[in-house]
Amino acid sequence: VNVIHWLTAAAHWSGENGIPVRTFEHLQLSGAAMALALLIALPAGVIVGHTRRGSVAAVTIANLGRSVPSFAVLVLAFIAFLRLAPRLAFGFGPTVVALALLAIPPIVTNTVVAVQGVDPDAVDAARGMGMSGRRVLFGLELPLAAPLIMAGIRIAAVQVVATATLSALIAGGGLGRYIVDGFAQGDHVQASAGAVLVAALAILTELVLGGVARVVAPRTTSGRGHWVAVRQRAR
Amino acid sequence: VIVLADAEPIIRWSWIGEHLGQIRSQVAQHIELTLIAVVIGFAIAFPLSLLAHRKRWTYAPITWVTGVLYTIPSLSLFVLLVPITGLSVTTVEVGLVSYTLLILIRNTVAGLSSVPQDVKEAARGMGHSPRQLLWRVELPLALPVIIAGIRIATVSTIALVTVGALVGKGGVGLFILEGLRTLFQTEIVMGALLSAALALSADALLFLLQRRLTPWSREPGRDPA
Repeated sequence: VNVIHWLTAAAHWSGENGIPVRTFEHLQLSGAAMALALLIALPAGVIVGHTRRGSVAAVTIANLGRSVPSFAVLVLAFIAFLRLAPRLAFGFGPTVVALALLAIPPIVTNTVVAVQGVDPDAVDAARGMGMSGRRVLFGLELPLAAPLIMAGIRIAAVQVVATATLSALIAGGGLGRYIVDGFAQGDHVQASAGAVLVAALAILTELVLGGVARVVAPRTTSGRGHWVAVRQRAR
Repeated sequence: VIVLADAEPIIRWSWIGEHLGQIRSQVAQHIELTLIAVVIGFAIAFPLSLLAHRKRWTYAPITWVTGVLYTIPSLSLFVLLVPITGLSVTTVEVGLVSYTLLILIRNTVAGLSSVPQDVKEAARGMGHSPRQLLWRVELPLALPVIIAGIRIATVSTIALVTVGALVGKGGVGLFILEGLRTLFQTEIVMGALLSAALALSADALLFLLQRRLTPWSREPGRDPA
């Protein structure tokens, strides 16, 4: 109940430490990290998947991505920045790099498996009709692979939004500030309010990207299932 | 501005030598927290999976609820639980368990529904009751996929335990947090490496277990669809 009071208090909706500002920071961090991750992961996944020699790579990346704790990646990125570029260590830099590193495995794995999983007969038929490698890729493989690729992006995005919370631990911004500050000050109401906000944002991300997926790649039903299924298929 | 000593090595081995006892006990706590979470998670997920398998209409609501639990960030869940359960093992476990449910249920149901219809018909024809069919035919055949789910859940849980350090119980995550507070690189690197090593060895162990239990399946955890 106190949490609701906190969330609805006008004072918490304005200023430097207000909910809109913190939410915007959170989305900025997540968005920048996702952009960076997509820039690296999509081309890499498409190339490996197109050559159809990627199942081992896909599984290895998925395994490694899952076994390295996100918390550790974030802290290590912070330390690396302190050593190499101390001036940037207290800004967006370490968080964006760490979050991008976390987002890459699910996107790469899903992309590899999706492109590789396109029916070989369809690819042969397309080649037989005289389509070039590039046209096979863009006209056939990518559209067919789109639902799985979108599922990977969605999983990555939800994970990024959730983990961006930890950025507050390394002096970053975002909604995690409320949780970390609330904890430090023994203010459980503030911490809980922050937790509610982050959870809501994560669920919202899932729903919005689910909607996007339905428009872009209509055959996707459920993202997470693919992440699970993908790993099994790749084995 | 905080500055790290330039001469600081990536890992200071002497520190590790001096803290072997503490390292051992945190690793033990990490394994314990993971085991409890996966065992309880499976104890909850298994009956729900059977229900979803028997009564198809329950599958959507079950995965919806567990999906929401899966989406809520672990730190949020831990923080929301602290006023109720305090800085305790319970707080961490509730978060960890709720995170495993979706993975375990999805795989168990997928495994059960991958059993071919004619195999089930044959078993029924031989006079198997529904219970016998489940325990003697469906579950053994679904085992590779079920264990694949347990592997994913275990590896994710091991990684997630580190976040528990923030609410007082985090296995080797404690070293990462301490290292961050004192900016001591050795502890951070060691915590990260230990956690990853635990996850990879658990994955390998479960893989071997699955090989032992289902010697007939050459392609473990193959996708049923």
